[in-house]
Amino acid sequence: MKLKDFIVTDAIVAELKAGDRDGAIRELVQSLAATGALTDETAEEVVTALVNREQNGSTGFGKGVAVPHVKHAKIKKMVGTIGRSATGLDFAALDHQPVYSVVLLLSPDNQPQQHLQAMNIVFSNLQKDIFRRFLRQAATKQAISDLLDEADQGK
Amino acid sequence: MPIASREIVVSNTLGLHARPAMQFVDLANQFASNITVYKGGDEPEQADGKSVMQMIILAATQGTPLRIEADGDDADDAVKKLADLFESKFGEE
Repeated sequence: MKLKDFIVTDAIVAELKAGDRDGAIRELVQSLAATGALTDETAEEVVTALVNREQNGSTGFGKGVAVPHVKHAKIKKMVGTIGRSATGLDFAALDHQPVYSVVLLLSPDNQPQQHLQAMNIVFSNLQKDIFRRFLRQAATKQAISDLLDEADQGK
Repeated sequence: MPIASREIVVSNTLGLHARPAMQFVDLANQFASNITVYKGGDEPEQADGKSVMQMIILAATQGTPLRIEADGDDADDAVKKLADLFESKFGEE
C-alpha cells in the first residue's frame, strides 16, 4: 500500500486556518467532503467521532505529528488527508509538544486489516526524521503531494 | 540480566491498532526491562515495546503470532503482564 492510495491530494491543506485541535480536524474533514470523498452529513458525524476519539486518548504520538483516525460505518472507502499548521496545535500530545503535521485517516468499520496497513505506511514514514522535517516545511499542496510521491517511490 | 519471553497471538478482531498499542506501551513503561516485540512470518519485524509508533508499524492483525521479550530485572513479571494484556483482547471483542 502507498500513501497516495488513500491520501486525497486535492484535500491536502498546506496552511490550516484553525488554531486548535477540533478546528483543525473539522477543517480537514470538510476539505475531504469538498472533494466529494464523503457527504456533508457524514462529515459532521465523522468530526464528532474523531473529536471523541481524541478525548479518549490523543493521537498526538509525539515529534510534532498527530494522526486522528476513526472507523465509521458511513465511510465506504478508506480516505485520508494531511494538514500543516505553521503555528502548531495543542493535541495534548504524548510528549506535550505542539503538533505541526496532521495526518487524518477515515476507514470503513469492517476492514481492520486495511486500516492497519494504512497506519503502517503512515507511521513508517512519520518515523523518519527527514520525512517529518520536509512535511513540516512543505508550504504548498503541491510540495506536500510531491513529498508523498517521493515517499511512495521509496526515495 | 535475566531475559524472559513469551509467544502470543493477536486475538482481538481489530488487531494491534493505535489504542491497544498505546495500552501496551503504557504498561511496558511501568517496567525497568527493555521490551521488544517480534513479528515473524514472511517479513520479520521487531518493535521497541515502549514506542507507540514502532508498535503501530508492526500492523499486527488478528491471528498474527508475536513474541514479547523482556530484558531486565523485572523481565518475568513484565512478560507475564504484557501477555495477559493481549489475552484480555485489550477490552475489545
